[in-house]
Amino acid sequence: MNRTKGDEEEYWNSSKFKAFTFDDEDDELSQLKESKRAVNSLRDFVDDDDDDELERVSWSGEPVGSISWSIKETAGHSGSTHEGREQLKSRNSFSSYAQLPKPSSTYSLSSFFRGRTRPGSFQSLSDALSDTPAKSYAPELGRPKGEYRVCSLERFRSLQDKLQLLEEAESMHDGNVITAVLIFLKRTLSKEILFRELEVRQVALRHLIHFLKEIGDQKLLIDLFRFLDRTEELALSHYREHLNIQDPEKRKEFLKTCISLPFSAEDSAHIQDHYTLLERQIIIEANDRHLESAGQTEIFRKHPRKASILNMPLVTTLFYSCFYHYAEAEGTFSSPINLKKTFKIPDKQYVLTALAARAKLRAWHDVDALFTTKNWLGYTKKRAPIGFHRVVEILHKNSAPVQILQEYVNLVEDVDTKLNLATKFKCHDVVIDTCRDLKDRQQLLAYRSKVDKGSAEEEKIDAILSSLQIRWKN
Amino acid sequence: MAAHLSYGRVNLNVLREAVRRELREFLDKCAGSKAIVWDEYLTGPFGLIAQYSLLKEHEVEKMFTLKGSRLPAADVKNIIFFVRPRLELMDIIAENVLSEDRRGPARDFHILFVPRRSLLCEQRLKDLGVLGSFIHREEYSLDLIPFDGDLLSMESEGAFKECYLDGDQTSLYHAAKGLMTLQALYGTIPQIFGKGECARQVANMMIRMKREFTGSQNSVFPVFDNLLLLDRNVDLLTPLATQLTYEGLIDEIYGIQNSYVKLPPEKFVPKKQGDSGKELPTEAKKLQLNSAEELYAEIRDKNFNAVGSVLSKKAKIISAAFEERHNAKTVGEIKQFVSQLPHMQAARGSLANHTSIAELIKDVTTSEDFFDKLTVEQEFMSGIDTDKVNNYIEDCIAQKHPLIKVLRLVCLQSVCNSGLKQKVLDYYKREVLQTYGYEHILTLHNLEKAGLLKPQTGGRNSYPTIRKTLRLWMDDVNEQVLFPFNYCTEPHGHLLCVQWLRPAQRAAGPAAVTARLAEHRGSPSHPPRAPL
Repeated sequence: MNRTKGDEEEYWNSSKFKAFTFDDEDDELSQLKESKRAVNSLRDFVDDDDDDELERVSWSGEPVGSISWSIKETAGHSGSTHEGREQLKSRNSFSSYAQLPKPSSTYSLSSFFRGRTRPGSFQSLSDALSDTPAKSYAPELGRPKGEYRVCSLERFRSLQDKLQLLEEAESMHDGNVITAVLIFLKRTLSKEILFRELEVRQVALRHLIHFLKEIGDQKLLIDLFRFLDRTEELALSHYREHLNIQDPEKRKEFLKTCISLPFSAEDSAHIQDHYTLLERQIIIEANDRHLESAGQTEIFRKHPRKASILNMPLVTTLFYSCFYHYAEAEGTFSSPINLKKTFKIPDKQYVLTALAARAKLRAWHDVDALFTTKNWLGYTKKRAPIGFHRVVEILHKNSAPVQILQEYVNLVEDVDTKLNLATKFKCHDVVIDTCRDLKDRQQLLAYRSKVDKGSAEEEKIDAILSSLQIRWKN
Repeated sequence: MAAHLSYGRVNLNVLREAVRRELREFLDKCAGSKAIVWDEYLTGPFGLIAQYSLLKEHEVEKMFTLKGSRLPAADVKNIIFFVRPRLELMDIIAENVLSEDRRGPARDFHILFVPRRSLLCEQRLKDLGVLGSFIHREEYSLDLIPFDGDLLSMESEGAFKECYLDGDQTSLYHAAKGLMTLQALYGTIPQIFGKGECARQVANMMIRMKREFTGSQNSVFPVFDNLLLLDRNVDLLTPLATQLTYEGLIDEIYGIQNSYVKLPPEKFVPKKQGDSGKELPTEAKKLQLNSAEELYAEIRDKNFNAVGSVLSKKAKIISAAFEERHNAKTVGEIKQFVSQLPHMQAARGSLANHTSIAELIKDVTTSEDFFDKLTVEQEFMSGIDTDKVNNYIEDCIAQKHPLIKVLRLVCLQSVCNSGLKQKVLDYYKREVLQTYGYEHILTLHNLEKAGLLKPQTGGRNSYPTIRKTLRLWMDDVNEQVLFPFNYCTEPHGHLLCVQWLRPAQRAAGPAAVTARLAEHRGSPSHPPRAPL
């Protein structure tokens, strides 16, 4: 066939048949891009004026016709719609589907009352219902659609009867029934007897604890734990209450009472710390608020506080302290060193936090001082309890100037990481020097194309490349 | 009729219709115009059962969210509260009722408890003096909600906590009740297998409930052959690891609620020609995800790495289908093409959405942090270095990553090590408390109680043995080929899934598996094999 060159190009480039290349066509991203392109190109000739077939979504983002949409729509309108009222009430188009079963009797407390042979103590259900006003009532769950039928529990007078009632309730696994019985027992039994009996009935005991928590009867709950000698739960339950106390002073006082609770040794230390921390925070907060309003302190003027330090975690407090009170001597409550000592904050955590704070303030000298140590000869050396790559990342996050970044990238020990970071953060000198040290000509050549034309870096690269002293390995 | 429910092997529309019918009956009981006051938590699950149109058919004119103080004005005869049986909601309802404007026309109050009434709640209403104001007080047992053709859910978020921390087995009761409903509609299930304490409880409850059904034998021919009840705490590992299927990743990153997901809207703006002035939507884009959508049904369970090729294949197919219009020459052919257009447009829309979603997910999965996290998870699951403090976790805490992320990893390590060495545990605890706040002593204690994060108890670490015996770990996984169980948290397999299911399906008794699993948290239970 007589195809011209132009035709051939067109053929190969436009047809479905792609020429074989070595490119990896199954690259994930390019597949997605391809799909996207294909999808977008279809829009051109498909009638696209509206998306009828697709789900309709209203302004609020909710699908039209859904319940959440209808809440937004109808709640705003006032007045009724007449069509609504005139609509047909029943549209029985689904009568062919099965109906949910209505069992004649499912769970019921009344099953207690059936078939009991013990004369005298258990009356029939109708008798129970005719009892005069019942103080305690239990739900009859026999009819799902029906009302509760009230049956009196009052006639379970003796302890034995009550316990039997409880056992029956337990075996039903129905929370409502168990709770009903427990309410009754709580009211009619003394605390000691109730606790004693429940101690051996795990299921009922758990329900009682849960029930007391739900209605917030903290006092009885603590008594129960004390009785059961569940010391740690007692302690935790008491401690939990602090979350309900908003006033900082009151909360602090409350925490003080928690310290003597029977926590495990580790937890005791933490509770102590919690108290001490809040105590400190109250002092710092009062002091700083005063300073801020006085308007004399520079740091507060430049970086006004966005929130109070009260109830913040320890590390956040340390950051705050490194930010606003960095230079202070150990003696003050707000100095970072003081915090470190009091709470035994490990070096690693301390350095990280101080670095983050000082970097945010762009106080590069402070950052420098953090890592500089003087050895006994008087020489300074830079060391870090965290890897220098972390330091570099944090500095970069805070937009440190390239010279600073470069200095710290240079301190990274692992050569590969160093090279990666240097390339990522455009620390040209480091890249160049490292390539030179590695005697890697290819990489240096490749990097040359990344630096600006005519820049000092380019000259440097050229100088190195042309140097006769280096024995390149590639 | 919900389309997505018809695709499974069991037609769940039967269940859905039965549940809808109950709702209709209740609404009709409260005769006249109505307004419904919703517990917000319920709107999601209800949306899977009924849309507003159904409610409108039964004279529901207004819908409000449950809020304090006074109810908004509405010219309706009935006010119905749809609520969960929670004490704090009762307080709000009482407030609503008490601040009702006496001068306006009298309105009738009703309350519908979902899924059931509660003694405590009614007592509370009584104490607040409003119990008598309600004419109809009923329960609506929405126990098992059909989500998809093969998935039912109770949507009970607090169930794990209630069962394992509080010792409150109410959710088990609901589960049993839901299963009874299921059996009433689809036939009694002949065999029940189970593992775990809670599973045993549910089975016992079911047996008891069955006994209470007097008289009528179930005439429906059983659709299900077996019932398998599994405690969540048989396998605590799977929920801790990052999901890697397409649907799993959507859930990990954006969260799927009641089959809906909210996505950042920027990627979903249709690019029309010459449309420069249009504002970008600020509301999140809400998409429904279920198997009614063909493409989604195909890719939802695939490992994410296999999704790209499916999408690109689909693009080619759809593209080719649209190209067909060039071939349509006769009127008949054109007509045929046009008739298929809606389906093709739907497919095209679906593809566009999922391509955008896949791109969003890709942004996350190709990030360095995701890779690091996955590496650590896989190290733990293959038993590497589970007894030391992990550097990546330390870094996450130092950078104050979301606490849930840190806790998942720490718990994963604990589970893979059958508990952490005291020193390691104390170290993590201290770091967490100092970084996130001391109140998390309570959080950590709860985790220990649930068995997720605990000290080593001296026994040997049983996890590596289980891993080998049940072959949970596959080193060379070809993601394009479907391996059902170790796909999802590749290459670790679900402890629960097929390994346990296979023996049950063979009905031969999982002897060897039993022995192994016995040392791992309780022995399996086989309640009476005889039909219930």
